[in-house]
Amino acid sequence: MNDISRPLEELHPNERLKHNSEQLRGTLRESLADPVTGAVTDDDTQLTKFHGIYQQDDRDLRSERRKQKLEPFYQFMVRLRLPGGVCTTKQWLALDELARQYANGTLRLTTRQTFQFHGVLKRNLKAHIQGINATLLDTMAACGDVNRNVIATANPWRSPVHRQVYDFAHRISQHLRPRSRAYFEIFLDEKPVARSEPEEPNYGRTYLPRKFKIALAVPPDNDIDVFAHDLGFIAITEQDELLGFNISVGGGMGMSHGEPKTFPRLADVIGFCRVEQVLDVAEQVMCVQRDFGDRKDRGHARFKYTIEDRGLDWFRKELERRLGYALEAPRAFRFETTGDPYGWQKGTDGTWHFTLSVENGRVADHPDYPLMSGLREIAKVHKGDYALTTNQNLIIAGVSEAQKSNIQSLLEQYGMVGTRRQSALRRHAMACVALPTCGLAMAESERYLPSLIDKLDVIMHEAGLADDPIVVRMTGCPNGCARPYLAEIGFVGKALGKYNVYLGASFSGERMNRLFRENIGETEIIDSLAPLIRDYAQQRQEGERFGDFVIRVGAVKPMLAGRDFQQPTA
Amino acid sequence: MAQGPLLDTNSPLNAEQAARLNELLATLHNDQMTWISGYLAGLAAGSGAANAMVSEAITTESLPAITILFGSETGNAQGLAQLAAERAQRLGFQANVANMADFRKSDLKKVDNLMVVVSTHGEGDPPDPAEEFYALMHGRKAPALKGKRFTVLALGDSSYENFCQTGHDFDARLEALGAERIYPCVDCDVDFDDPASDWIDAVLECFGKLTGAQPRPSNVVAFSSRSAEKTTWSRKNPYPATVLENIVLNGRGSSKETRHIELSIEDSGLTFEPGDSLGVVPQNNPVYVERLVETLGLQADTAVAAGDDRASLHAALTQSYEITTITRPFLERYAALTESNALQALLREEAKTDLRQYIHGRHILDVIQDYPVKGLAAEDFIGTLRKLPPRLYSIASSHRVAPDEVHLTVAAVRYHSHGLNREGVASTFLADRIVEGETVPVYVDSNPNFRLPTDPQTPIIMVGPGTGVAPFRAFLAEREELGAAGRNWLFFGDRNFLSDFLYQIEWLNWRKRGLLTRIDVAFSRDQAEKVYVQHRMRENARELYAWLEEGASFYVCGDGEGMAHDVHQALLDIVREQGGLSDDQALDYVRRLQKEKRYQKDVY
Repeated sequence: MNDISRPLEELHPNERLKHNSEQLRGTLRESLADPVTGAVTDDDTQLTKFHGIYQQDDRDLRSERRKQKLEPFYQFMVRLRLPGGVCTTKQWLALDELARQYANGTLRLTTRQTFQFHGVLKRNLKAHIQGINATLLDTMAACGDVNRNVIATANPWRSPVHRQVYDFAHRISQHLRPRSRAYFEIFLDEKPVARSEPEEPNYGRTYLPRKFKIALAVPPDNDIDVFAHDLGFIAITEQDELLGFNISVGGGMGMSHGEPKTFPRLADVIGFCRVEQVLDVAEQVMCVQRDFGDRKDRGHARFKYTIEDRGLDWFRKELERRLGYALEAPRAFRFETTGDPYGWQKGTDGTWHFTLSVENGRVADHPDYPLMSGLREIAKVHKGDYALTTNQNLIIAGVSEAQKSNIQSLLEQYGMVGTRRQSALRRHAMACVALPTCGLAMAESERYLPSLIDKLDVIMHEAGLADDPIVVRMTGCPNGCARPYLAEIGFVGKALGKYNVYLGASFSGERMNRLFRENIGETEIIDSLAPLIRDYAQQRQEGERFGDFVIRVGAVKPMLAGRDFQQPTA
Repeated sequence: MAQGPLLDTNSPLNAEQAARLNELLATLHNDQMTWISGYLAGLAAGSGAANAMVSEAITTESLPAITILFGSETGNAQGLAQLAAERAQRLGFQANVANMADFRKSDLKKVDNLMVVVSTHGEGDPPDPAEEFYALMHGRKAPALKGKRFTVLALGDSSYENFCQTGHDFDARLEALGAERIYPCVDCDVDFDDPASDWIDAVLECFGKLTGAQPRPSNVVAFSSRSAEKTTWSRKNPYPATVLENIVLNGRGSSKETRHIELSIEDSGLTFEPGDSLGVVPQNNPVYVERLVETLGLQADTAVAAGDDRASLHAALTQSYEITTITRPFLERYAALTESNALQALLREEAKTDLRQYIHGRHILDVIQDYPVKGLAAEDFIGTLRKLPPRLYSIASSHRVAPDEVHLTVAAVRYHSHGLNREGVASTFLADRIVEGETVPVYVDSNPNFRLPTDPQTPIIMVGPGTGVAPFRAFLAEREELGAAGRNWLFFGDRNFLSDFLYQIEWLNWRKRGLLTRIDVAFSRDQAEKVYVQHRMRENARELYAWLEEGASFYVCGDGEGMAHDVHQALLDIVREQGGLSDDQALDYVRRLQKEKRYQKDVY
């Protein structure tokens, strides 16, 4: 096995890079100070990720600028660490201003419940990070080979259990956060101090083989797609009391086209732990992956492949050996949906929460829809919080009965309620960023999905399904940021204008979809989906979801195991 | 250039000597031939002046010796001085070319007959290399020149207020010091070829008459790279270079339009050195010509003089005459045609400030609108205009690296003033009116005062904001090709990093490869306070001074009005502060750099 026990020279070059980076410092200070290029050095681009910063360039302008003898339009994507996805309205206002001052004037709500800024120039990077720090937030470990942002079923205001689970997201995030002072020194001008102890007792010099994602779900909501993550905690309650969590391991979405050895995989539930065991379990699961994950082939380095290759039994034993106790048997639970409950909901304490659908999570002022301004105005008067969902939506959380009409009128004033933007299909759609900034994108996603939804909406209306949700997700590449393999209709980019179409995932996020059509353009997409949608309208059984329907009528066979996902014969 | 190979029948050489010389000649470029010509002439005269550029030719006892003293910044005055020497030598004079940059008081005392060729820059200033000599001549230590004879050729550009001022200063001063003016001072505008040539011939005739001896043509073969008469392609006979590429270097959202233009000179035989300029013979914008003809109430097809030929008014105004820039001579000639007292009044000596204000931002079309002349004949209007001058652009490529191409970096000049959109003639000619595949008339304008150090080990510091960076692209390409080991440091500046970093990819590659040792950049509009190259120099004062102390050469190219002055001041301050020098000592330090040709400017 190509795990951490092998000599560094035999492993992926990134391992040596991490090892030699002085705990994520590299030459970042020099790179940031170099005014001749808008980029950082190639090695440093790997290190910025650990600090929540991704170097990108405007791919629309690449060839034009090359001809002009200008380097690519380098810019940085900055992602916050926001465990559980909640910010105060004061923080929202600060982020809104930072977006307009240093980024492209928009905020993006991500599929992992945090904020992304796009288009930050290198020369503004430090000021930008310092601005984030000033509002008591940070970007540490938001990308890179570490435990990423810990997500949880949205909105801690909903019930005491939600609040408890939300708190666990914070505690896990804090517990597994890198300890290196690199972030503070590089971006916040902290003076380096000499130290005799190793800086990273958990991560060591080479951190993890790849990213590691943790999610916490409160059934019956599976909004966070718990099985799509390396490690999941499924809240088990009894009479509104949190007893502990079922533990799921080995989920992950990414794959590469045409490489059957790569595949998306849903996590397996391996046991139950009590609340006081959660931090310990999280740490030890991560450390198993740290020690046994593949560090030679980064396309095979996610936890899901360690589980797949070594088996669940091996894993459970290894984990229990490290924990020093056996896990209890998993408890019963039931998921109903991966979607968000839109509109006004009343919490157990009597406060109100408004879930606003934000198309593709992009908070911007559109010519006919001043969404960003509207949310800014609401933030100025709202006394509660803003809670992000992993469906890229926003909850105005903790509205008192007295405030509700005030918020409602602002929602109306800025067009956030009662418009066509709120069609059922659109509200259940997600897209990753893709072009022009994402370096991995093979096709459009965020810029294209809205117009495809327009066309699918026409079919839905004609079929009488205007109010029936179907989960549609699109990504510009197969790496899975918008969790497309858990969509009832998934689109995964292969080339400009060409997508693989996948069908048949369950509405509750417990079954992946299967390839339906390969490498097709819009006309074929519409032509192949329209009859299925029409049939669904007429032939569906009571309560039958589209993802289940297409399997029943034989459009696709059910996908039972990730390892079969790219097998042509499966 | 001598035509055909040397033979024992057409030279004093025997067949073997001729063959060996032919062999050598085939390997020489023009500068080398010029040098050898002077060297041999010096040997023959027994002076041993091996380093004279062009020394005495075959001596003729009866004709006087003439010293042709030039003060040159871009090389035009130097070229004309050499041309004059060649002609003088052919007539049998002892002619000696001297540069004001290294001409001393004692040298002046030895001279009996002096021909001065000097250009004027900026606000009536002498050329940089001549600054010290100018100061000497106009100071209390200036020598008495009784019994000596002189004449002055003044070069300038009549679109500047103090046209030919330095020439006039020398002309008046030489007389005041007691010398005898044997021929009146002649002013040359940007189109100097013909009046300069006439001046040379007339002056040599005067000198010839002094002794009564008959000038006779000598059989000395003179070589020159500068002589317009002798190179195949020249100002007067430009080469039609095909445009290979014409792209905008500024990225989207830029407030500027800087073009990179690649021209083909394949098969032209044109050669150039890094630091040379390319002369471009532009044409006026036909839209502007039509507006002018319409305003004048003339017919576009009226036949008029166009240089030595005749052409339609439209063609003449498009191709032959300057129709935008207002010069004082134009105003004087035009005023003579009008009955406008107002225009006459504007030309009085006391109205200089008003005139300056009036000219600012205006073109010839404005004058015609403001001071119309009823029934103006086409031929009379043409008579008020000066010839359309070629424009010089510093070459941005190395001949050694790309022998078939010349690259230019051209800022398209466009602005709005007095209610009209206006544009620079040559830059928009290149930007808008020439497309890839078409040809542009060009010639090489050598600039011996802007040259890489001869020693490839010598470090160089280059200050080239905006299009001023062009020659440094040639410098680096050349140094890379030659494997020159000297360190290279570039200061670049422009408005915005994202859109205006000219040739950014190339600098980054050169830096990565280790050729570009350092690059410091200043983008003036990326932050609240304006930052320019001189600020970056000051920030790096200690290291810059260390480079100078280690023998570095310092180059400045670009805007001559603001930037070059600010950079000069920064340089003075840096050597004063870092060297612990007094003001005078700092001045001496920088002057010494100039004298040693370690501080060179190509400003415009």
